[in-house]
Amino acid sequence: MKDPLLAIENVTMQFGGLKAVCDLDLSIRKGELVGLIGPNGAGKTTVFNVITGVYTPTQGSITFEGRTISGLKANRIACGGITRTFQNIRLFSRLTCLDNVCVATHPHRKAGLAAAVLRTPAFERDERALKQRAMDMLAVLGLEEHAHEPATSLAYGQQRRLEIARALAGEPRLLLLDEPAAGLNPQESDELMHLIQDIRRRFQLTILLIEHDMKVVMGICERIAVLDYGLMIAEGLPAEIRANHKVIEAYLGEETPK
Amino acid sequence: MKRGLALAATLLALVALNVVLPRVTNPYHFQVLMLIGINIVLAVSLNLVNGFTGQFSIGHAGFMAVGAYTSAMFTLKLGAPLAASWGFLPPPVAQGLVLLMALVAGGLLAAAAGYIVGLPSLRLRGDYLAIVTLGFGEIIRVLILNIDAIGAARGLPGIPQYSTFFWVFGTAVLVIVVARRIATSTHGRALFAIRDDEVAAEALGVDTTRYKVLAFVLGAFFAGVAGGLFAHFLSYLNPSSFTFLKSIEVIAMVVLGGMGSITGSVLAAIVLTLLPEVLRSVKELRMVIYSLMLIVLMITRPQGLMGTRELDLGPWFGRWFGRAAAKEPRA
Repeated sequence: MKDPLLAIENVTMQFGGLKAVCDLDLSIRKGELVGLIGPNGAGKTTVFNVITGVYTPTQGSITFEGRTISGLKANRIACGGITRTFQNIRLFSRLTCLDNVCVATHPHRKAGLAAAVLRTPAFERDERALKQRAMDMLAVLGLEEHAHEPATSLAYGQQRRLEIARALAGEPRLLLLDEPAAGLNPQESDELMHLIQDIRRRFQLTILLIEHDMKVVMGICERIAVLDYGLMIAEGLPAEIRANHKVIEAYLGEETPK
Repeated sequence: MKRGLALAATLLALVALNVVLPRVTNPYHFQVLMLIGINIVLAVSLNLVNGFTGQFSIGHAGFMAVGAYTSAMFTLKLGAPLAASWGFLPPPVAQGLVLLMALVAGGLLAAAAGYIVGLPSLRLRGDYLAIVTLGFGEIIRVLILNIDAIGAARGLPGIPQYSTFFWVFGTAVLVIVVARRIATSTHGRALFAIRDDEVAAEALGVDTTRYKVLAFVLGAFFAGVAGGLFAHFLSYLNPSSFTFLKSIEVIAMVVLGGMGSITGSVLAAIVLTLLPEVLRSVKELRMVIYSLMLIVLMITRPQGLMGTRELDLGPWFGRWFGRAAAKEPRA
């Protein structure tokens, strides 16, 4: 692949005796929407954690926009243009929805601490801009009327959307969504599919998506990678993955010969 | 414009009270009032660390001691020559300037100590900070006990009584305004995010180590300043004023007031300084009742007096304390 946005090369992540991810090679082009699927415990979230700097890979390297990011601290990677949502929702429970999203605008601040303490006009302008951006993101996700409510007072599906709003407010170029449809009802996951396609177009995003809901994965992903026990067992178009016997085996078990 | 007016009004009120209060109150009441002011500085500064950022520090008395002894030594060694060279100024102003320099010196050394203690322990998540700060507080106390030049166990007498109402409550106002303005800025949101979920904060681009160290160093600075005010108010220092129990007393103020609430810390500092004094009349039952009241309060209001909310100070004061940076945006 020529000049990929994200290139994962030979990445292994080992915890003691367990290889959670083994020799993974995966490249994502700018503008693509790639799905990462696999049975429970296959290492999908570990891949996210390695990309976002929660873990440093045991082996291999990850480059984003041509720069090596493996080994950088998580906050540097986030500032560099990769943000994510979490499988188990991680909102700031004692902050309002607006403040939750505002936290993600923090890397784009222009005024420093001294300006904040002195309340300089530059600080006031900056703060207004950050809040406005956060408010815009809430509006994109249809949560603007809940802006001043505590994040934890939202319904479950709304909390998932708030996480997406928060990740978007960081102005990423690559967005990682970790099971955004988990726990949603069929109608909600349908809306989510449209939403993901919508924000992708609007913000010209590249998206890597972990999802168990096959309707969502097959519906919106252009390319799918399948992990099983830390190994990539298949990669290809949705139709190819659907017909791949290794994938079916991993999900349903081996076919017994008649 | 409004803000400049508020600043002028606050300074004027402080100067007026500075002149009037010592004349109309008896010395005992005045001493309690001053201790309230110093405890407000301690409680609000610890709230930056424990309440805002969710890092559990139990060594605040240690930073207070560093500031107290540093500023006391500054005044004892350099105060007289400095004041003499400013002979053209009226004595209260010259003394105030000496105190200001002493306080800054004490605060800076306490902040430096905070940086040295905080940098290694704040890189880690979890309870390391509590253990390290506990150790730090004890080390400082034992060090002071063994340095003869600063009085060791005999204590350090003869510190000029420069801490007037103006300086004590001026500092209290300053620490409240600084804390409030940080809380209502993107930097404050970064601290709150660390408190609520460090992993998520980091994934959104918050430099968690930097902000934890920042809160910790700022907290240590103001603890050092409070120590300096304390030294120049009592005019005598003794290592036994800075035991682990003093740290616990300040933590009690932060927890009772509500973690993260500035007005809560102020309220709790007032209540917890007054309570033991009011209870003097019941003699030996004093500490029993004090403890019981604390227990009852924590059972009935586990989130503290104020929770994470703030008292509404009205639009005028609210603005000066930095309520909202800007009007809330509309969608």
